This record gives sequence, C-alpha cells and structure tokens, in this order.
Amino acid sequence: MSLRSPLGQVLGLGTAKDGTSHWWGQRVSGAAMAVLGLWFAWSLATMSGFSHAEAVAFIGHPVNALLLLLLSVTMAYHSYLGIQVVIEDYVHGHGLKIASLVLSRFAHVVLAVAAIFAILKLGIGA
Amino acid sequence: MAEFRLPKNSRIRKGQHFAAAEGSGNTRTFAVYRYDPDSGENPRVDTYEIDMDNCGPMVLDALIKIKNEIDPTLTFRRSCREGICGSCAMNIDGGNTLACTRANDEVKGDVKIYPLPHMPVVKDLVTDLTNFYAQYASIKPWLQARTPPPPDQERLQSKEDQELINDPSACILCACCSTSCPSYWWNSDRYLGPAALLAAYRWLVDTRDEATGERLDELEDPFRLYRCHTIMNCTQTCPKGLNPAQAIAETKKMLAERKY
Repeated sequence: MSLRSPLGQVLGLGTAKDGTSHWWGQRVSGAAMAVLGLWFAWSLATMSGFSHAEAVAFIGHPVNALLLLLLSVTMAYHSYLGIQVVIEDYVHGHGLKIASLVLSRFAHVVLAVAAIFAILKLGIGA
Repeated sequence: MAEFRLPKNSRIRKGQHFAAAEGSGNTRTFAVYRYDPDSGENPRVDTYEIDMDNCGPMVLDALIKIKNEIDPTLTFRRSCREGICGSCAMNIDGGNTLACTRANDEVKGDVKIYPLPHMPVVKDLVTDLTNFYAQYASIKPWLQARTPPPPDQERLQSKEDQELINDPSACILCACCSTSCPSYWWNSDRYLGPAALLAAYRWLVDTRDEATGERLDELEDPFRLYRCHTIMNCTQTCPKGLNPAQAIAETKKMLAERKY
C-alpha cells in the first residue's frame, strides 16, 4: 500500500513529450496506403491471370516493382504503429509489454525485409 | 492483461424483489445494482416495482421514492436535481447519464440502473472518483498568465473569445464521458480521459491564458492524450451535449501544428 497522493499518482513519471510523431506517422502512412492500395487492387483486377510467369512479368516492370516496394514498406510501418498501440492498450505487465513491443518491431522488420527481398529477386531476376 | 471478466468478488448475483403494493395499476420495474462492502457479499441486482402514478418523471425521482418508501439502505449521490451538479451520474439503460435529467419514459422496458462503469464501487451506485478528480487537478484548471491583470478592471475577452470556451466550460465533471470510454477503462492510471482533456482544451483556447505551450507540453504523451482512439462514446453519452472528442481532436491538431 502506498500513501502517495492521488495527484502524485496521476502525475507519475511526467510527460514523455512524445506521441505526435506516432500519431502523424500513422495518418500519413494510412493516406499513402490508401493510394498504393488502390493501385495494387486495380493491378490485380486488370491482370489477365495469376500464373507464376505473369507475376514475374508484372514485378519485372520497374514501376510496378517500385510501387510494390513502397507498398510493402508503408504497410509494415503502418502495421507496426498500429500493433504498438494495441499492445500498449491491452498488455499491462511492464516486462511483457516491453517484450511484446520489441518482438513486434522485429517481426515487422523481418516481414518488410522479406517482402523487399522477394520483390527484388523476382524483379531483377536473380 | 486487459480484463474481460469481472473479478470473482465483483460478479453480479440475483437480488431481492420488492413487489408493488396491492392495487397499484401503472407499475414499472427498476433493476438496481446493489453492493455493500461491509457485508462481504457479491454485488446483486434488486428489482423494485414502482407505482408510476405516484412517482415523479425522472429516474432520480424513482430512486428517491425507492429510498424513501421501500428500501432506505439504497445509496446514491444526488444534489441539484436539475443537471448542473453532476452528482447523480450513473449507468441507466446501458448508457451513462444523469438520473435527474433522464426521464423514465425515455427508457423502454425495465429501467436498469448501474454505477458508472469500470470504477471502484464505494456502495451501491456510488463510485470512487478520486483518480478522476486528481486527473482534473493535474491539468491545472486555472488561468495562467504572465501579463498582470489591468489594475482597474478584469482581463478582457471579445465576444468571439468567449464563444471559444462557451461549450468546454459548460462541463460539470459528472464523469459520464470518461467512464464510458474503453480506453479509459483499460488505462485510466495513465490516460487522462475525455473529461480532463476537455477541461485542458478549455484553457488551451482561452485567449486570456498564456500557458498554452506548457499545457501542450504536459499533454503530449502517448498515454495522457494519445490513448484517445476517437471512439467517441464520450460525445455520445455527455448529458450536457458537449463534445469532448472534438476537443481532443483539436488538441492533437494543435500539437501537430506546432511540430510540423
């Protein structure tokens, strides 16, 4: 039991003087995803088929490869910011929270790098 | 982790039923949450049949009638009975509101009355608002200015200046909004909640106040402010028709404006 005053508890460790970049980043990446997502949906809709050869041909086009790279990175970044909020909202044990945040960051970096590697491999044709 | 079930000692059991007196025609059932910490028992829901021909129009009238005529142990806060003191905030028919301004006729079926959600219950419909008031105190809800006031008059405001704070300063701190907010339920130890943030905004836009920067500094925090995920339960439930969600959005815009 602690006799710290209610105001003292609310003030806690003070303000982190942070959060605006996160908030802004989530919105900007969301807007970017809306544009890139529309392009991606339109591309899928206009592809004649989904055979391996057609996919390779699609990614082989430099503009497509570039937009796909941008979409992958934006998506991973946006998803990381979103998952971070979910973890902060719901995971309350301090150790578990930090571990989840680090794990989520690693997982998103791995996903982004894997996507970049796959696109480059198909696009450049290693 | 987040709590998805109430702790064992908080789970609600069926309570007593108080039937209306013989011969009362126009009756209505009120289901009221009851909890007595001294009894050591779990909370329960008691049901009271009320003769509506002998009862005032508001939910608070029915509660007072129950306390006066049926069950004097029923505990709740009330004072002004006209929606300005904020004492009788409780959860009625699934939404947070003031018992004194919610008409019984507005509720369909049985009138279900619970304390404000996700707050420690002191007794029956009385919740512990210590943390809520401390959060209000933490935003320094008073005028801060370096310019000394004119010696012979008050600090002046234009009509437009006053209109900026008209709505936000009409908050009565009843806690309906904050306790309706899921983000506040999970993180009220660090998230200030819509009521305190609306109060903070009231001073951010006050043209006589000169601590806008310091106030924004204090708010810029992933938990204090940015736990708001624009769920907007606060605005929907506010019994005074205020808009805390918009005030929070404007605060976020002010922070973005000074940064970018």
